[in-house]
Amino acid sequence: MNFNMISKEKIKHIAQLAKLYLTSEEEEKLQKEISSILDYIEQLSQVDTTNVEPASQFLSEIFDSQESVLTREDKIKRQDTDVVDNLFKMAPETKGKSFKVKPIFGENRGKE
Amino acid sequence: MDLTCLTIEQVHKGLVEKNFSAVEICSAFLKKIDSLDKNIKAFLTITPHLALSQAKKVDEKISRKQEISLLAGVPCSVKDNILVKDVKCTAGSKILENYIAPYDATIIKWLKKQDIVILGKTNLDEFAMGASTENSAFFPTHNPNDLERVPGGSSGGSAAAVVANMCVYAFGSDTFGSIRQPASFCGIVGLKPSYGAVSRYGLIAMASSLDQIGPLTKNVRDAEIVFDAIRRKDPKDSTNAILCKNVAEKAPEINNLKIGVPKEYFIKGIDKDVEKIVRNAINKFEKAGAKIVEISLPHTKYAVASYYIATPCEVSANLARYDGIKYGLSKLEANSLEKLYFETRGQGFGDEVRRRIMIGSYALSAGYYDAYYLKAQKIKTLVRNDFDHAFEKVDVILVPVAPTPAFKIGEKTDDPLSMYLCDVFTGPANLAGICAISVPAGKIGNLPVGLQIIGKSFKEKVILEVGKMFESL
Repeated sequence: MNFNMISKEKIKHIAQLAKLYLTSEEEEKLQKEISSILDYIEQLSQVDTTNVEPASQFLSEIFDSQESVLTREDKIKRQDTDVVDNLFKMAPETKGKSFKVKPIFGENRGKE
Repeated sequence: MDLTCLTIEQVHKGLVEKNFSAVEICSAFLKKIDSLDKNIKAFLTITPHLALSQAKKVDEKISRKQEISLLAGVPCSVKDNILVKDVKCTAGSKILENYIAPYDATIIKWLKKQDIVILGKTNLDEFAMGASTENSAFFPTHNPNDLERVPGGSSGGSAAAVVANMCVYAFGSDTFGSIRQPASFCGIVGLKPSYGAVSRYGLIAMASSLDQIGPLTKNVRDAEIVFDAIRRKDPKDSTNAILCKNVAEKAPEINNLKIGVPKEYFIKGIDKDVEKIVRNAINKFEKAGAKIVEISLPHTKYAVASYYIATPCEVSANLARYDGIKYGLSKLEANSLEKLYFETRGQGFGDEVRRRIMIGSYALSAGYYDAYYLKAQKIKTLVRNDFDHAFEKVDVILVPVAPTPAFKIGEKTDDPLSMYLCDVFTGPANLAGICAISVPAGKIGNLPVGLQIIGKSFKEKVILEVGKMFESL
């Protein structure tokens, strides 16, 4: 029995959030696997992290403030037109210079 | 002469001295791939047309007596999560099965100007998530040393291609060991540069706070040549801004070299023969005059747990872009936008990718952020602090790359946690953002075992020098 047994409802809910279609066998398999992974991760609670800064901080330490490219001027740079064309070629459906999407409102709206 | 077993320097010399042409050596490799890869399965895409046209350009330059770069005309392969313009880039996933790269990754763009020759794109675990290349949506890659075993992962195709002489060197990516572990399993050199040293523009993102591109090569000098060619600042990658002055720092002479050996890396569970080979390597340094210092990296044992909660969070965010609208697989027959999302992602992603998206979405959902992601980021700081303290006393740290040699195909696929534990010795360097290299140290039967040399941030030259020392011991 897993300490962090996660419910089937919770799995369904997360899959809904992540927009993943899962069969009920897949839900069951993931329920077991995720529960045992969360059990393994439980050991992190043994570590005292009082007054410890989260790691996103040390980026600034390793970058030279003078040479940093972390910020740039807020200016639009034109892409090569062939890159733009290539990007559109990869799209499943386009209309002119736009990506085409399914209707979001109306009677066609699927019920999940 | 077999042209396919040469190093970068040897190929360069041969081209300049006109012992062979770039087209000749390129053809030799294409022939080799043709005869070997049906059993090894290192490549997802082979690009003979691109390779030969690049090689012709090099031959023209040589015939016009123009100078060529060290990498010009040297055939390489590229992990299939790095974009090469107009060539398929699948990331090992069904969701990108027919995706053609619309532009070059920055490193590829730079290196094309140096006339590199690209033979093809190599297999990987889907989106680089895995330690065996078995998570590829297309097929597993076989270890050329023993075809029943995995080549390691996720850069398993790149490592297998190099050791089987199907290319001179290869590019991989390393998020938690994905260059060093396959290098160790296959018996070649693999360098993970410091976080921020190499541009990642055009690398398909997995965990952005850790991903790095690096070379897999036949010796340490080759890794240095490739690293020197790709460590440049790229305005298109905001995390790529390096302290250039530190990069050039040299290692001390072996008599003054201080080597740290952390006790946390020689624990129960490590294969006895792996331990023996790594201890032997350390003894060789000691005999040659280096000083061995016992150190402690107390948070090592939490690295894997911290990674497998923080990374899924980043994965769930990074992979949200695969929605069937702009590119990649799209289930257009779905009758609504939401259904299209669900079916595209449900069918396009494999098991490990789905597991990570699910864990990440759970850990980032309301109420869990502090307990999981934030906690993991704090542990990342503690891991980094461990290394900072250690490097006050030593120049480099020597440890095993992986607890075992290459395992059998299928051995760990049913147990995700046992696969995760393959990364126990490689992951900490990623969490700390520092550099590390895997260098062949010995064999158990026909299975290679690597030695890992870990160095401070942006001290690649130091670990490369120490790697070269080890090769000559």
